Amino acid sequence: MSAAQGLKCIVVQEVFDSRGVGQPEILEKGRHCEAYGAEVLQLTVGPELFYVFLAILEETGFFNASLYTPFGIAGIETIGAEIAEDVKRREGRFPDVVVITHAGGGNVTGTARGLRKVGCRAQVVGASVDLSGLHMASDRDFNRKSFTTGHTGFGVPFATWPDRADVPRNAARPLRYLDRYLTVTQGEVFYVTEMLARLEGLERGPAGNTSLAAAVALARGLDKDQIVVVQETEYTGAGKHHYAQLNFAKEQGIQVRRGDPRESKPGESTVIPERPEQIKVTDFDLNRMRRSLIRNAMEGAGAKSAGNVELDFLAEETQTDRAFVKQTLGELGVSVNEV
Amino acid sequence: MADIGTEQGRKGDWVQIHSTVLPAGQRSPAVPPETQAVPLEMRVKGFLDHDAAVGDEVTVTTAIGRTLKGTLEAVNPPYTHTFGPIPPELVHVGVELRERLKGGGDR
Repeated sequence: MSAAQGLKCIVVQEVFDSRGVGQPEILEKGRHCEAYGAEVLQLTVGPELFYVFLAILEETGFFNASLYTPFGIAGIETIGAEIAEDVKRREGRFPDVVVITHAGGGNVTGTARGLRKVGCRAQVVGASVDLSGLHMASDRDFNRKSFTTGHTGFGVPFATWPDRADVPRNAARPLRYLDRYLTVTQGEVFYVTEMLARLEGLERGPAGNTSLAAAVALARGLDKDQIVVVQETEYTGAGKHHYAQLNFAKEQGIQVRRGDPRESKPGESTVIPERPEQIKVTDFDLNRMRRSLIRNAMEGAGAKSAGNVELDFLAEETQTDRAFVKQTLGELGVSVNEV
Repeated sequence: MADIGTEQGRKGDWVQIHSTVLPAGQRSPAVPPETQAVPLEMRVKGFLDHDAAVGDEVTVTTAIGRTLKGTLEAVNPPYTHTFGPIPPELVHVGVELRERLKGGGDR
């Protein structure tokens, strides 16, 4: 995009662990950006990446092309609008369910807003790879995961507290839009990535196929004539490929085998299903996430009480109502002055 | 142009430099102990501003024209990420799925 517009571009990535071992998916993304003429700053593990990023913005005065600005979100809205309109053109009606890979929240927020802008009220389902137990800022855990995005390590914290990003106010606020949030395992996503190549002739990097894995399981519970759309946004190449990721996982000491994916443990084992029936989704408790957002919002603001403005804002933030917000605030010991 | 793996860089060569952004002990208090124990490091590529050997302190001009300082790490650094072999755990999946679809379904 920048290259085509003749703009200078700096990309900051979290790439290596302290041994200098780079995550294949990120190495490929870096190569891709360098191929387009960007300056790519490659960091070792740690959230101080944001500090480096902000320091560069200050130093250069460059535009912050964050995923989390309204511009970033607006760019994704077109995907949502296209999904709804294309399905309507082909099938005569809007889709029933749209499954979107969820990490930082931009993909869900943008797609859902795009759907709504063209009048489509499809159920909005977020899907992430379950990486529970792995710490995203850990030098050790960093290379023990096979997914660098589309996972719960970003999906949960960014949904429950969006304003932790590189912008003062994050435009990606997924709890405003999510109707369901599902998790799948790493092995299930690798399996459907292979499935997509072999049965549909579409070779893609695994991260985007998180939504596909969830949709395969979800579709089994829907009526035959219902329409599920999988929102998939990944390209592929060396490194950004399920073969590369599985080979890398083995090099990091992860056990890879066929079997029941329920038996896998992030950071220790990846289990590739033996049959499509073994692909299953786990519902993440959205109400728990909503309560968490309300708590984070009150703590972040340092507020001890809430009035009408806060109640309505938090209801919108969580796609709930005043009653839900009041109950949650009550549990937190926050006084409510509703008029 | 320098060959891959050359230890000596000449002015104008495409190189990779390395620098420490935060030393161990000055990391964010939010990161876990194993990350606290190691520095935050940065690598970036650019055109070498002057002749130098790997290990020397150098400046480079990046792809967009910024000047950055660091230790020369590699001259003409290669991209080494690959696909690797087909994992045996995936190699049968396509055949298995085609077998399941035989005689039924839409295709």
